Amino acid sequence: MPGKLKVKIVAGRHLPVMDRASDLTDAFVDVKFGNTTFKTDVYPKSLNPQWNSEWFKFEVDDEDLQDEPLQITVLDHDTYSANDAIGKVYIDIDPLLCSEAATVISGWLPIYDTIHGIRGEINVLVKVDFFNDLNRFRQSSCGVKFFCTTSIPRCYRAVMVHGFVEELVVNEDPEYQWIDRIRTPRASNEARQRLIFLMSGELQRKIGLKVLEMGGNAVVGYLQCFDLEGESGLVVRAIGTACTLEKISTLTSASATHPSNSSPSKDMKEPVFGEEAPGIPLSSGPPTPLRVQTFSSFSPSKSYSRQSSSSDTELSLTPKTGMGSGGSAGKEAGPLKALLRQQTQSALEQREYPFFTLTSFPPGFLLHVGGVVSARSVKLLDRIHNPDEPETRDAWWEEIRQEIKSHAKALGCHAVLGYSESTSICEEVCILSASGTAAILGSRFVQDGPLDTDYRFEEVAPPGCGFCHIPYDELNIPFPAQLTYCYYCRRFKVPDVLFTTIDLPTEANVTGKGCLIQARLCRTKKKAQGEGNATAISNLLPFLEYELHTQLMNKLKLRGMNSLFGLRIQISVGETMLLGLASATGVYLTALPSPGRIQIAGKTPSDITYEQHISNMQKKINDTIAKNKELYEVNPPEVVEEMIGSPIPEPRQRSRLLRSHSESSDEVTELDLSHGKKDAFVLEIDDTDAVEDIHALLTDSPMPPGFYSCNTEIMPGIQNWTSAIQMFTSVRVFRLNNANLTNQGLNKIFSDLCENLLKSLYFKLRSMIPCCLCHLNFTVAVPEDELIQVAVTAVAMSFYKDQTLENGRQSGDKTLIKAITENDEQLQFNLELNAESSSSNPLSSTKGLSDVSGSHPSARAPPVDYSSFADRCSSWIEQLRLKAHTIRRGSVKTTSSLEKASPLPEGRSRSLQSNRSYSGSSVTVVKMTPLSFIPGAKITKYLGIINMFFIRETSSLREEGGVSGFLHTFIAEVFAMVRAHVAALGGNALVSYSMKECVFMENPNKNQAQSLINVSGDAVIFVRESELEATSVQPQSAATRETSNGGDGT
Amino acid sequence: MSVELDVFVGNTTIMDKEVFQLWLNGYTVSDAVKVRIEGGIMEECEANAEVLLSDTMDQYRTFQMCERLLHHPAKLSNQLLFQIPPDRQAMLIERYYAFDDAFVREVLGKKLSKGTKKDLDDVSAKTGIMLKSCRRQFDNFKRVFKVVEELKGPLVENIQQHFLLPDQLGRDYAAIVFFASNRFETGKKKLQYLTFQDFAFCAGQLINHWTVGAVDNMMDDMDVDLDKEFLQDLKDLKILITDKDLLDQHKSLVCTALRGKTNVFNEMEANFKNLSRSLVNIAAKLINAKDVRDFFIDLVEKFIEPCRSDRWTSIDVNLYLTHYTNSAHILDTFKHHGVWTRYMGVIKSCILRIYH
Repeated sequence: MPGKLKVKIVAGRHLPVMDRASDLTDAFVDVKFGNTTFKTDVYPKSLNPQWNSEWFKFEVDDEDLQDEPLQITVLDHDTYSANDAIGKVYIDIDPLLCSEAATVISGWLPIYDTIHGIRGEINVLVKVDFFNDLNRFRQSSCGVKFFCTTSIPRCYRAVMVHGFVEELVVNEDPEYQWIDRIRTPRASNEARQRLIFLMSGELQRKIGLKVLEMGGNAVVGYLQCFDLEGESGLVVRAIGTACTLEKISTLTSASATHPSNSSPSKDMKEPVFGEEAPGIPLSSGPPTPLRVQTFSSFSPSKSYSRQSSSSDTELSLTPKTGMGSGGSAGKEAGPLKALLRQQTQSALEQREYPFFTLTSFPPGFLLHVGGVVSARSVKLLDRIHNPDEPETRDAWWEEIRQEIKSHAKALGCHAVLGYSESTSICEEVCILSASGTAAILGSRFVQDGPLDTDYRFEEVAPPGCGFCHIPYDELNIPFPAQLTYCYYCRRFKVPDVLFTTIDLPTEANVTGKGCLIQARLCRTKKKAQGEGNATAISNLLPFLEYELHTQLMNKLKLRGMNSLFGLRIQISVGETMLLGLASATGVYLTALPSPGRIQIAGKTPSDITYEQHISNMQKKINDTIAKNKELYEVNPPEVVEEMIGSPIPEPRQRSRLLRSHSESSDEVTELDLSHGKKDAFVLEIDDTDAVEDIHALLTDSPMPPGFYSCNTEIMPGIQNWTSAIQMFTSVRVFRLNNANLTNQGLNKIFSDLCENLLKSLYFKLRSMIPCCLCHLNFTVAVPEDELIQVAVTAVAMSFYKDQTLENGRQSGDKTLIKAITENDEQLQFNLELNAESSSSNPLSSTKGLSDVSGSHPSARAPPVDYSSFADRCSSWIEQLRLKAHTIRRGSVKTTSSLEKASPLPEGRSRSLQSNRSYSGSSVTVVKMTPLSFIPGAKITKYLGIINMFFIRETSSLREEGGVSGFLHTFIAEVFAMVRAHVAALGGNALVSYSMKECVFMENPNKNQAQSLINVSGDAVIFVRESELEATSVQPQSAATRETSNGGDGT
Repeated sequence: MSVELDVFVGNTTIMDKEVFQLWLNGYTVSDAVKVRIEGGIMEECEANAEVLLSDTMDQYRTFQMCERLLHHPAKLSNQLLFQIPPDRQAMLIERYYAFDDAFVREVLGKKLSKGTKKDLDDVSAKTGIMLKSCRRQFDNFKRVFKVVEELKGPLVENIQQHFLLPDQLGRDYAAIVFFASNRFETGKKKLQYLTFQDFAFCAGQLINHWTVGAVDNMMDDMDVDLDKEFLQDLKDLKILITDKDLLDQHKSLVCTALRGKTNVFNEMEANFKNLSRSLVNIAAKLINAKDVRDFFIDLVEKFIEPCRSDRWTSIDVNLYLTHYTNSAHILDTFKHHGVWTRYMGVIKSCILRIYH
């Protein structure tokens, strides 16, 4: 069924001078969609041409509408020679295909050239007349909404969360085609840009199809990545969470406290999130037809799997059915709960992968968090049998996902939340990584059985701590952990530390504020080729992960905190080194035990100076902990102490039982005393390493007063944001001139690089104090042999310091927030368990995994498979970790120490500058933020996804200000283009912004450099809450006015 | 081991006023870092020299990227590359186009040519203003000059409109353009005591009263050029000194009016003919472009210096000029009242301004 695309070229401005003789330009425009091209007239001798063209109409299939970008080329007419291209604009018309998104694209868009950058602007109008195709066998999926946001978008309500969708497409990289030798760099870059636009479109269309077949209408948490594999191809892959979303009408959100009131039918109500009363499910009798229909949409989801989940890859590490067995059921829950869980689990198991890319969830979605699960595998790209086909890569990811799934199972969890995938490529070696948080989900959303009666068992746990309660059976703990009774409700067991990849749930009880915690590691590696190289990397990976984990643990303790959220571990591979960077936000969860002190114990207390050294360090550490507790206001209530006596011994006894068959059968308390035993476990940690660890701990410089930082959506403990936000990207490349560096030396350099970068950020943003750097996202890369590249994207947000003001505001805000929570789903953060530990039994895991690599089902001609290496390593790392945990408990003594918190140190008074002064500018102000919300404002409309890819190249690097000048300009240009496209869609902000790729290559000798940037986000219209209040007086006209207000900017 | 690349890009472009000023003043990055360290910013913000260097380099780069836009300030508000709040934009423009009085005194009235630009290092050495800053200021003058030179309509408004300058700065630029296009001599030793603002005031007077635009805004001609017809007419004033009767009559009228009102009456009486001759001669010569250039030097040499040596106060000068102007209208045979008023109005206010 065709759609009609209509394009009108209005005018141009600020065009470059193309004719040196007249200092003017004779510009005309080429409008191309698919294979059809239209041209405007030549507008002679002007740098500000007014074409005012007719409407160019393209009649095209909706499939093409989704795949193809509209390509607008501005050229300079030349009578005698070939016309010179000035630059291009690619317009993604996908937002116009969805009725709820934008209706027209209209505005000034920068004309971009890959060699010269932005060269003036062009004013265009684009519309689509579109007739939705209802044919079942259609190949298009117009109308499916895409969101980068990893939570339920703010003006929608989730009716159903269907689950994981993924797709991957491969093409030959134009840069590596033979023709590239004879064409200009510009042509090559443009071919690449266009190809990626096409591939992204195709990918979205295919994912959309899957969503439609699952019965959904949207993809949330859409994450699209590029793998520039080089010779073997260019891969575009995406993952996301299919959902059925329902728009909350503005009227309802303003008045109704119970969103369910507006639901069309009672049956639809049932799975709606945000609904509170657990009684409702009870009352629902036999399923009504509508309901059946809704749920039946699950089953077809299975047909999506390219590879059925029932294939041999289904490797169960251990307790596949364990949860169902009566003996393993928790004592509180009883058999009914177990049964319920089993049902939920089976509902989830129907899906190939029970994965969710969301990081915050509607209330009732998340029940318990198990811990972080991750999997990595090293592959060789030059062994791909059929590089142009996606099968091999599909199989690779298949393996990884299976592994994740089984890890989650080992933790007694049936789902993985906050799931993400990434790659790191160096020459022919590629590391694939995936990670997520194993969790148990609320049954009402995954399951349709009549087991609603058991609801109350799930509901017993208070929302503030429920997610911390262990999902696994305490008799069958998959890894050693100290369990205690929840410090909040006292009824369920909680672990001593919780690591997660998700955001902190909003309802979580938190003490004090949070802070960014980073573990950084650099390891040298011998230069090698092919398999040797892959083996070397595979061998290094477990050590790297283990050390990162140790660092995280220590740093967490140093801050007096007990949980990590938003954990993201990035491993980057170079020719001669491996970089590991783990970032997370540390939080003190009230439900978890206090982390206690860090105690240093010397291995051989032989000479006195050493002892002194140790005690000095101990003092330093203690001071730092005290200082940190003060800074982050971590002062857990005293009450905690009283109850500690009784509940603790019990789990210890049990754990003794459990571990009796593992080789390290020691009881925790025993270890505290016997340092001698340590040798038995610590193979890698000799003295120098330990000292290095401690140095690393202490070299983290404190944040200047008035600053906070986190890598999650919002900072626990800070709510009273002002409207001042500043999104930024900072990139640094560091050259190691000395090739013969030790691991320690490298570590220090890398760590300093990150620290200095943070310091620079604090300095730059000092005018925003008091302020928090939110969603700090670090990416590291090794672009060349001796280069380390670190890129940071974050948003700085000011908040009101004044306590009274805060209180006043908060009460006001609270009502607002309440209203929002009930309608839109609010942000939430989740926890995860201490955890990369994934399998309960190292031996069985080795076996299970090597099975996979042995009987590889998908690859007809399997490429040399390094997953076995990785797997062996991962099982090895389990062992290391097991030991490590015991060691930690030995050398790092945990004592619950309660210190009185003192008030926050005085910060500088913030100059109250508001950014409202923007008005009057002729360019729409577009805010950008990596967060899913804008403080003090309400998002009234999602206009569509922005997903742009740009290449910039220069052969006059010095003239453009060197590498820094070149990249600075390019990033500024990318921002400008993103803002312009958002504004053209009618928006005034881009939320959930991310720079997913920032590749930079240089050749200073040739005076050349090239850079590729990929950015994405959701274009939205927002309205200030103050304006909302004004409009709420006349609710009738509220909706329309908001929209118009939003367009004006702030 | 070195940082090879270091950039920071904000969605809203961050620009530090202090660093911007250092950049405008022509400091190198390392000098600017020194100045900032001395300013105590490190203690204030817990920064170190490395951070400061990185920040300064980054800011400098941002300014360099913006400079192109600052050359056409109108573009700054509708460009898309940098998101800069309007108040920030106004600040950038105002500071970029601000100039040092010491510098402008050196080039005021000179031809804004390559030759002058070559001599800027001398100016820099003399004034202590860094060469880079001198060049920027000179280029600003030249750019404004080039743009408004060919434009019709009121000079000040043209400048303000094209360069989005605040009121006062716009008028200063009008003065600079006016002086440059008429090539008034301002550099002579005798004129050294005059400040730029003195000249700017006089320029304002000249622009408002002596140019074509002054009489008729709709005229095709521009504010930059003096009204040729008027200059031609000024020749007619010569009658005041060539006609002996008229001169005597004028003198007696003025003296009658002044008697008893000033301490320097005797000197006034004695000098009347000399002074009158000087003023009328200046008027008569203005038709020659060369003599226009010497307008200020003539005023000083032929009027101000004699008065000063006779110790007139500026009240005396005011008194004298008021009566001198008014008395001419009473003369029976003197017919050129319009021209006289137009001429003397400006002369009087200029002399009063520069008599100090």
